[in-house]
Amino acid sequence: MMDTALAVAFVAVSLAQIMAMVRLIKGPAIGDRILAIDTMTINAIALLVLLGIWGGTQLYFEGALIFAMLGFISTVAYARFVLRGDIIE
Amino acid sequence: MQIAEIAVVVALLSGAFFVFVGSIGLLRLDTPMKRLHAPTKAGTLGVGSFLLASMIHSFATGEGSLHELLVMAFIFVTAPISANFIAKVNLHREDTDPTPPPPADRTWATFDTDERTEKLVVK
Repeated sequence: MMDTALAVAFVAVSLAQIMAMVRLIKGPAIGDRILAIDTMTINAIALLVLLGIWGGTQLYFEGALIFAMLGFISTVAYARFVLRGDIIE
Repeated sequence: MQIAEIAVVVALLSGAFFVFVGSIGLLRLDTPMKRLHAPTKAGTLGVGSFLLASMIHSFATGEGSLHELLVMAFIFVTAPISANFIAKVNLHREDTDPTPPPPADRTWATFDTDERTEKLVVK
């Protein structure tokens, strides 16, 4: 039962990742591209967590934490670069 | 054991639902501000459910661990901040409807960054 649920979750998150990538390529506004990058980071964290459940290991947890931190930093840096023309003033 | 497995399955399926719906909203809604609200909320709910499933699974299979709570807390704190920044980008690039006038001040605070007016106000 849990293998089926894991497979469903893997397929759903992978499809979500593909849809976010379509939005990243299509745009059209620059805010959409930032949002698509942010969503892809969130989906990558979800994929890492699912991989950890599937393998029954805690190894992927640090990867998920680093993805969360770097995703937030890169989103804020990109948005701030668009807003102010500079990241650290 | 059986109850824990059912809880993991429910958390996994609800997380998959939320992540999937968030990305459908990101792809199908028509204006940038509408597109903003779908993945920011559904993404965190989805990842939160997955992390809950991971925690229940680790407790059910032996060595329990709670450090998924770190990722959950970090995402819950940072998701509104990044959403606020993206909304500001949409406002400044005028990818939205024209904003209504604010009730009290001259303009909305996010537009009030003109250095000349800041120098005039001596504190």
